[in-house]
Amino acid sequence: MSKIHVTTTVNGDEVEYLCDPRETLLDCLRDRVGMMGVKEGCGTGDCGACSVTVDGRLVCSCLMLGAEAEGKEIGTIEGMADGDQLHPLQQKFIEHAALQCGICTPGILVAAEALLKKNPDPTETELRYWLAGNLCRCTGYDKIIRAVMDAAADMREAS
Amino acid sequence: MPEIHLWSGLRSLADGKEVVEVEGKTVRQVLDDLVAKHPALAPAIAAGVSVAVDGEILPSNKAEPVDEDSEIFLLNKLRGG
Amino acid sequence: MALDGSKPQFKLLGTRPNRPDGLDKVTGRARYGADLNAPGQLHGAILRSPHAHARIVSIDASKALALKGVKAVVTRADFATGLTGDDWNMQENCMAGEKALYDGHAVAAVAATTPLLAKDAAKLIEVEYEILPHVTDVDEAMKEGAPVIRDGAADYSVPDGLHPNVVRYYENGKGDLEAGFAEADLIVERSFKTEAAHQGYIEPHACLAQLGTDGQGELWCCTQGHWFVRQMCTAALGIETSQLKVTPSEIGGGFGGKTTVFIDPVALALSRKAGGTPVKLVMSRSEVLRATGPTASASMDIKMGMTKDGRITAASGVFRMQGGAFPGAPVDVTTDLAFANYRIENVHHVGYDVMTNRPKQAAYRAPGAPMAAFACESVVDEMATKLGIDPLDIRLKNGVVEGDRSTYGPKVKKVGLIETLEAAKAHPNYAAPLGPNQGRGVASGYWMNWGGDTSASVAIGEDGAVAVTVGTPDIGGSRASMALMAAETFGIPYENVRVHIADTASLGINEPTHGSRATFASGLAVIQSAKECIQKMCVRAAEKWDIDPDAVTWEDGFAKPSGPNAGDFEPLSIAEIAGEMSDTGGPIAGHFEANPGKFGGSFGTHVVDVEVDPETGRTTILRYLVVQDAGKAIHPSYVEGQFQGGAVQGIGWALNEEYVYGPDGRLQNPIFLDYRVPVASDLPMIDTVIVEVPNPGHPYGVRGVGETGITPPLPAIANAVAAATGVRFTELPLSPPKVLAGIKAAKHA
Ligand code: FES
Ligand code: FES
Repeated sequence: MSKIHVTTTVNGDEVEYLCDPRETLLDCLRDRVGMMGVKEGCGTGDCGACSVTVDGRLVCSCLMLGAEAEGKEIGTIEGMADGDQLHPLQQKFIEHAALQCGICTPGILVAAEALLKKNPDPTETELRYWLAGNLCRCTGYDKIIRAVMDAAADMREAS
Repeated sequence: MPEIHLWSGLRSLADGKEVVEVEGKTVRQVLDDLVAKHPALAPAIAAGVSVAVDGEILPSNKAEPVDEDSEIFLLNKLRGG
Repeated sequence: MALDGSKPQFKLLGTRPNRPDGLDKVTGRARYGADLNAPGQLHGAILRSPHAHARIVSIDASKALALKGVKAVVTRADFATGLTGDDWNMQENCMAGEKALYDGHAVAAVAATTPLLAKDAAKLIEVEYEILPHVTDVDEAMKEGAPVIRDGAADYSVPDGLHPNVVRYYENGKGDLEAGFAEADLIVERSFKTEAAHQGYIEPHACLAQLGTDGQGELWCCTQGHWFVRQMCTAALGIETSQLKVTPSEIGGGFGGKTTVFIDPVALALSRKAGGTPVKLVMSRSEVLRATGPTASASMDIKMGMTKDGRITAASGVFRMQGGAFPGAPVDVTTDLAFANYRIENVHHVGYDVMTNRPKQAAYRAPGAPMAAFACESVVDEMATKLGIDPLDIRLKNGVVEGDRSTYGPKVKKVGLIETLEAAKAHPNYAAPLGPNQGRGVASGYWMNWGGDTSASVAIGEDGAVAVTVGTPDIGGSRASMALMAAETFGIPYENVRVHIADTASLGINEPTHGSRATFASGLAVIQSAKECIQKMCVRAAEKWDIDPDAVTWEDGFAKPSGPNAGDFEPLSIAEIAGEMSDTGGPIAGHFEANPGKFGGSFGTHVVDVEVDPETGRTTILRYLVVQDAGKAIHPSYVEGQFQGGAVQGIGWALNEEYVYGPDGRLQNPIFLDYRVPVASDLPMIDTVIVEVPNPGHPYGVRGVGETGITPPLPAIANAVAAATGVRFTELPLSPPKVLAGIKAAKHA
């Protein structure tokens, strides 16, 4: 089967890849672009481990085809820190012990950042519903919620 | 002499006894003596048991010492998650 | 809270530093099972049985092999023969032999140049099946005439006359049951059922395997225990353990489900057949749900007797557990721990390990304990309600303390059940007002914890920094607690310690991170290894000062003369001693190899408030409190994390999660959409109280904390729902349709 040539932007860098028409964006990001921070937990859009942004919108990359990334701006966990400067969310996740095994962490960070861009001052309930598409089996979410609320408060103060 | 307490399922293999007096200074020796006294218990011991000596569960170490007046319980081999 | 008043003063233990692997994990750099690639690697795919029970008549892979890029197909014929016992069970589960035993059972596998090609090729493998009758329910499987999964699987313990699907029988008890019940003013007898639940780790099983025709190989995989993986893979393939090096990746959750193997031997077999080319094999979520181990499901009958003032006089239980198509349902733990919270003179339990056409059960957090707790703590709650006694008081009255005779035999050692009950009673959640359709539930639970085979080493670097090497994969922050314990022992900063998880070639054998043993056993191993280093450093200092080594003490990272009589010397820092070590006798390191006992069990008590919507039957968790004995919390954040995670897994099991089999014996909900684990919007904050009743068997008093937390939620929630609705539910999960039907039936009754 002939492959499709895709030109896209990942974390601000232009990248090109050839992909099978059946390959998901998740497959392409991991296997063709090397963004191994994007995780697969289900492949069916139910766990959020594969969360990325596409033109600023939060997307499950397992539900989008790699070929559909043509001309888009993709954001992954690898692009979250500013050089050696961690994003406040990343910093707060470490401080609050908001991860145990950490496999859900990249997806949750990307999803939380997308929320705070839209709504810098979410209530706990808003945050819990926003993150309802991101499964974490280890933490029971308590420390994740606290870390995001704390990061949001810091970011509001800083802005 | 140390005493070994058997779970009910084992008692039919030991002439109905709940408690067997055994000789030995280590877990291995008392288990060997138990099987010598009640050979029908051999497959049960071979299948693996955990041993509690005076309330302390010793999952696998057969060299652990046993006192003259130790109270020993056999338990099914334990496993965790 | 040390109860004997002898609270040792710690500098670092009990603080909350950042975990050493935190940065890698928030930046996406941490490498998990599926994140490693090898040059020239192939990709594997597994063909699985669509039938619950079928004889494999023939397998024809010629069409698959004819595809360009397909390099190898393996079936059971490519594995070692002559295995017995657990090894045979493991091998048979990884790749079916004569029969496919459950929906999802692997029957063949293929390696090809791309993942898509491997999947396409797997579909081209033609398997002829002769479909056999199947059974997936535990009670059905024990009935006369039920399809026989495998004749001759029963061990010595099974009495004559039981169905061949009953493969293990366990009976334990003491006292005089009849007399005990005669003494009771109230007797409650009920039957309970729990469905199988999956561990639900977010990372599917994944590995990268290479095995040459010379029998030497390497394996990278996500596992809780890579020495177990090595033993199982080498047994399945018929090679020696030392020929295979297994390196654990970061692990994306395990909860017991990654203490065994499913795909690793298959990937190795494919690599061997493909001439030693590396093969990467990654499971899909539906493969995880269909073919890796969920927990056992259970059917249980409980009878308990109590006097008017709330003393338990007798208890008996029958526990029928199905663990899939192989022996191994945790009937021993279920039975032994069923009544373990209580001091009961007359008690009797019987357990049956039963095979069905379901995937082989695997350990899941406190394996076996939550089901029994659901049944027994539900009955205790019902009795307390009927007698008008507070549910915490009834537990305070009957709860075990040091010196009591446990229900399963041995005397109880120092434990913290009473302390957790008192802390729960004092917590504001226990006094929070409740509204209409709301109810409060209480339950306690126990896990006896574990020691097990443990190796570790601690080495001093040239600059005095410390490298700690352990063999228990870090699932929830254990590197942080190892570093804290090492730093505390040496008296040096936390940051000067780096903890590594070794591969199988670098340490003696280790049991997995299971049984809540890592912080206890690997921690103990690290402390002892550090002490060995300290002793050696004291000797170096003594030589330098030309005094007796006994006259040197170690304090806060320095060797010092032990007193004025020992001489007047400037203390030597760890860095100073390390800097000179090549000239003073060579490398300085300590190591530990043993299987420590005295692990000290952990009790927990949970209090939950729920609201049940009478229109829909939906249960909402309003408040949740976990109180548990940690012995000593080394890093309290990760102890709380274990409490919270365990509680929420229990909430899922109680309210939503279940394996649903159709009449065709196929799993009907093998994706996360239908196998619904708790999400953030289902939950409130999970409040925690860490009780510390030090374990005398650990230098710092540690008790394992990982597993106890999943035991009380099942009954606590069921008890809360009973309080909210007035209906006692005896089957989990408490899904809205079931609760609604129960409420309606009660109204009409
Ligand atoms: S992998 Fe995409 S949502 Fe789970
Ligand atoms: S930390 Fe393990 S799944 Fe979230």
